[in-house]
Amino acid sequence: MKLARDTWLIFQRQLHLLLRNPVWVFVGVFQPVMYLLLFAPLLKPALNAPTQAEAYKIFVPGLLVLLAIFGGLFQGFGLIAELRAGVIERSRVTPVSRLALLLGRSLRDVVSLLAQAVIITVLALLFDLRVFIGDLLLAYLMLALIALMTSAVSYGVALKVKSEDALAPLMNTVAQPVLLLSGILLPLAFAPGWLQGIARWNPFSWAVDGTRALFNGDIGNDRVWQGLTIITVLAAAGVFWAARQFARSVR
Amino acid sequence: MIETRGLRKSFRSRAGRETKTVEAVRGVDLDVSAGEIFGFLGPNGAGKTTTLRMLATLIEPDGGQATIAGADLLKNPGEVRRRIGYVAQGGSTWDESTAREELVLQARMYGIAKAEAQRRAARALEAFQLTEFADRKCKTYSGGQRRRVEIALGIIHEPKIVFLDEPTTGLDPQSRAHMWDEIRRLRTDGMTVFITTHYLDEADALCDRIAIMDHGEVVAEGTPAELKREISGDVVQVGLDLTAANAVGKLLEGEEYVNRLEPLDEGALRLFVDDGATAIPRILRRIDGAGLDLKSIELHRPSLDDVFLTKTGRSLRES
Ligand SMILES: Nc1ncnc2c1ncn2[C@@H]1O[C@H](COP(=O)(O)OP(=O)(O)O)[C@@H](O)[C@H]1O
Ligand SMILES: [Mg+2]
Repeated sequence: MKLARDTWLIFQRQLHLLLRNPVWVFVGVFQPVMYLLLFAPLLKPALNAPTQAEAYKIFVPGLLVLLAIFGGLFQGFGLIAELRAGVIERSRVTPVSRLALLLGRSLRDVVSLLAQAVIITVLALLFDLRVFIGDLLLAYLMLALIALMTSAVSYGVALKVKSEDALAPLMNTVAQPVLLLSGILLPLAFAPGWLQGIARWNPFSWAVDGTRALFNGDIGNDRVWQGLTIITVLAAAGVFWAARQFARSVR
Repeated sequence: MIETRGLRKSFRSRAGRETKTVEAVRGVDLDVSAGEIFGFLGPNGAGKTTTLRMLATLIEPDGGQATIAGADLLKNPGEVRRRIGYVAQGGSTWDESTAREELVLQARMYGIAKAEAQRRAARALEAFQLTEFADRKCKTYSGGQRRRVEIALGIIHEPKIVFLDEPTTGLDPQSRAHMWDEIRRLRTDGMTVFITTHYLDEADALCDRIAIMDHGEVVAEGTPAELKREISGDVVQVGLDLTAANAVGKLLEGEEYVNRLEPLDEGALRLFVDDGATAIPRILRRIDGAGLDLKSIELHRPSLDDVFLTKTGRSLRES
């Protein structure tokens, strides 16, 4: 009860600050939109897809997962600014729930990610993408869980390293291989065996497969529940770990 | 109101390959009574902030114990949080928020309902003369205005004790005087106020009782008057050339009317004597007789700096 109240309080505050400067939501969506408009048209011939819509069914889910991963991982920068301003310390002397300090922020990130996902989906609809609403909502759940996990981890790491200079290379180093090994831009079906072998160990690869299956109307595909399960477990672990950093962080 | 025994904290920091251990606080015992302004006086790096952060539940002590407003610091930090307010040295407001938003949020983080939080925010804005710019972003405030917002944030939940870490550092003289009035008002309202400072005049004028801290230890404790009384007599400070200072030091060390002699940096000497009026002519004759030059000589009643000097061998003004 207290947790829900405190989380709502922090979430409202963070969302309020975000909406005061909504330009960031659009800056975040700019790059994926460019990919959608300028890169995706190459895909129909490249993937040998029968129609443009088929090519989008493969590309858009990957793009959305990419957005969720990166959008989340870079949230830590904002937290370092808050840390420096003394806002976090000020929160930590109050009895407010430490888990709420994390969840309120991460849920704000989830909402902003979903807003971006809707913008991209709507644009893709203009390019003849078609997806059932039930499948789409389940895909959004997957995206929300990914964003929850990556933003929580980013906050936890930010509290540990406490400086932008350390956070930026760290996040880039993590994000690049994760990105390449998840078949986000092109399905790993095209990859040689050894690459597929490595990618099996990348949880995001399962999430991408699951999301693609959903966009394909294939809700019964095992990858859907497998991807959701893996990401749920990881999100819970990420939130748990990051909340502990909020409880113990020093300066 | 606050009772600590043997409070300790050390930090490990890495400089290149070596790890160094800094003993920031090494066994602090304090007794702060209800309704007083208690001051922690000490130079930068003395361990004041570290002690405060331990008392405010922000960092865990390595050892020792404390009871704060009746709650045990180690066993019941949650209860301690509810009963205290803490205003950090480095500021705590967010540039893009307004004072009113910050105050309402702070009250609500203490579990106060929304309507009541808004009432309290309005009252605090009034009390700290912030109403005029309450709805402007914090980044537009002056240093003094911002400091007032931060103090208001620290007491929005009406705590029994408020910790203020260097509340006047960086303020111009007028804002400082203003801040002193605010702090006295907190005491009038029945709060116990625990401030840290490295300003001698602030500790002297504002605090009911002080603890002088150096290198992680409390070296003296009492009311400013008591502490100064420990140094009986007068203090004579002579200014000399760097080269002359050594010679004059040797010259005056043996004089029977000099109770104690402390060299300062930059060629000054501070002499503790029973009676300044009779000591000064004798000091002058001695220096003159040795053919040495004097730059300045002054006489004053013992100050808190003299207390600090006798306890640590250094002047707080210079460190
Ligand atoms: N988080 C920290 N990590 C490492 N050393 C610290 C940390 N905080 C304080 N110190 C060190 O502890 C000592 C006391 O610092 P502090 O309590 O801030 O002193 P003061 O507030 O009296 O200026 C200093 O030497 C400081 O460098
Ligand atoms: Mg300090």
